[in-house]
Amino acid sequence: MPLTMFDKIWARHAVAEGPGGHTLLYIDRHLLHEGSAAAFARLARAGRGVRRPELCVATADHYVLTTPGAPAPDAEIAAMIDTLSARTREHGIVLFGRGDARRGIVHVVGPEQGLTLPGMLLVCGDSHTATHGALGALAFGIGSSEVEHVLATQTLWQRRPRTMRITVDGRLGSGVGAKDVILTIIATLGAGGGVGHALEYAGEVVRAMSIGERATVCNMSIEAGARCGMVAPDETTFAYLQGRPFAPAGEAWTRALASWRTLPGDPGAAFDREVRLDGAAIAPTVTWGTSPQDALPITGRVPDPAAIDEDARRRSVERALGYMGLTAGMPLAAIAVDRVFIGSCTNSRLEDLRAAAAVARGRRATVPAWVVPGSGLVKQAAEAEGLDRVFREAGFEWREAGCSMCVGMNGETARPGERVASTSNRNFEGRQGQGARTHLMSPAMAAAAAVTGRLTDVRALTP
Amino acid sequence: MSRQPFTRLTGVAAPLDLPNVDTDRVIPARFLRKPQGSPGYDRYLFHDVRFDADGAERPEFVLNQAAYRPATIVVAAENFGCGSSREAAVWALLAYGIRVVIAPSLGDIFHQNCLKNGLLPVILPAATVAGVRRQLHAQPAATITADLETQTLTAPDGTTHRFEIEAFARQMLLTGQDEIALTLGYEPQIRAFEARHHADSPWLTTRR
Repeated sequence: MPLTMFDKIWARHAVAEGPGGHTLLYIDRHLLHEGSAAAFARLARAGRGVRRPELCVATADHYVLTTPGAPAPDAEIAAMIDTLSARTREHGIVLFGRGDARRGIVHVVGPEQGLTLPGMLLVCGDSHTATHGALGALAFGIGSSEVEHVLATQTLWQRRPRTMRITVDGRLGSGVGAKDVILTIIATLGAGGGVGHALEYAGEVVRAMSIGERATVCNMSIEAGARCGMVAPDETTFAYLQGRPFAPAGEAWTRALASWRTLPGDPGAAFDREVRLDGAAIAPTVTWGTSPQDALPITGRVPDPAAIDEDARRRSVERALGYMGLTAGMPLAAIAVDRVFIGSCTNSRLEDLRAAAAVARGRRATVPAWVVPGSGLVKQAAEAEGLDRVFREAGFEWREAGCSMCVGMNGETARPGERVASTSNRNFEGRQGQGARTHLMSPAMAAAAAVTGRLTDVRALTP
Repeated sequence: MSRQPFTRLTGVAAPLDLPNVDTDRVIPARFLRKPQGSPGYDRYLFHDVRFDADGAERPEFVLNQAAYRPATIVVAAENFGCGSSREAAVWALLAYGIRVVIAPSLGDIFHQNCLKNGLLPVILPAATVAGVRRQLHAQPAATITADLETQTLTAPDGTTHRFEIEAFARQMLLTGQDEIALTLGYEPQIRAFEARHHADSPWLTTRR
């Protein structure tokens, strides 16, 4: 029987079949961050150790301040970061901590270091772990109890999800990128459309994407309800990985490559669900509401709840418009913003910063605009190209690496009522700060919003 | 760590009508640095929709209404618990006293987190759940019985609804068994697997 890539990776990691149709899966890579502290503490209380520290990697991202110059955080945050350092040192786990240029957002660091490899089963106590699917890894987010279970046993009990292939055919128009593709996919599936599914992204548009762009797409799988989303590895993947610090080298590279080439799904392999989109029909996209499914082309208008028949949906839209402070029917391009955030595990890689800088170059931000690189190495690479200068000259603030205002755990939040054009992944109520209003979009669109002070079709600013 | 077992519960149920209630709304990010079970943890639950900027209760929020205040069951809408993997969402529900969440669907990670903490997730068809929510609005303080042994839910109007739950999850909930201890019972299989797996893929280690 022809197998999907998901079937193959699942089968290669099945340790045992357990009760009730559950499979015990072996975990190849476990990524850790400050939020993993509770799991370490419970592990210690139970008198257990870390079974395979050499398969774990940790970085400090959620709580580290991204203020330029990396000032010391308050005592509570410092304790979170120090605890991660102490636990990783105690267990012999590789850590990219404060002061290490390799430190950054865990989902940027994994691929960048070659710690994420095709065919791997990778987990992390963070819902955006599907990002690593960009390299052909089966990667999904887990809770704190599951983190503890993986630390203790290097395995997880899982019930096999259903599979869904999302094919994006054709070619994207100019000014349209990976973020527009995934926002359109989420709007198509709905925020719960992928629940219980493993996604595979395919088609000409996905094939033509760089690893960074595929990462943007896979990253937001959870915003459609799916724990994992992946892209079959190809020459783009292998070229990206070769020479990365933790990628295999020499004879091991040759062996690994031979193994990775067997990963893509067999012709004719069946998925439980198939969805097709036309890439040429995708426009620069923004969200207007408080769920990532509330996405529309920038040329559109704020929806009118009165036109919605279904009661629950209508009340949901009414509530979202109330929270967002928007009027039904107003053009999306008329919405004024108070600040701009360019960063997050969705859009903080070098190509994202290049796309934003191309729009910012020679222009001037009219609202406060932050640029937060995904890792110290992304920051260095951007500076080597002079992107930091482009941003500074345009009045953007060039910051240190971290999660920052995507989630605001470190206190970097927008003020109540402030409207943020953001390249992050969630426009939930209060996500970027209590009462903050988030519009999700691509880095180029966020830069365009920074210079015009309102949601803007970037195609009007680029040749 | 073993958990509180779950067998059967009769309790007041609170209806939450909005779909896609995310875990940021269940517990805002700024509380994630607080240790599980620290004093006042129950107040973090739904904090920003439950309390205003001064910390006063918002009277329109269901758990601030006298009839629903003692709720031990939440009846939600589609995709409850979507978004962030924060297990603190479950810890906050438990801290308040919630032991059962009934919904047409749950976020996948939240669903797992419920099972790991002895909080019973009950998945029923959307029309059934909407009907139960209507009953709860019509009769505030009405109770629901969730029985894991018989896999049945008894609604306020006395109708019973059978729900499905994975056999593995059901067993773990009923016994409150330590899942890690169970897995460590598979040690011979894990050891055999990893010897073979690492011989096949020696590049997986971070040791260089």
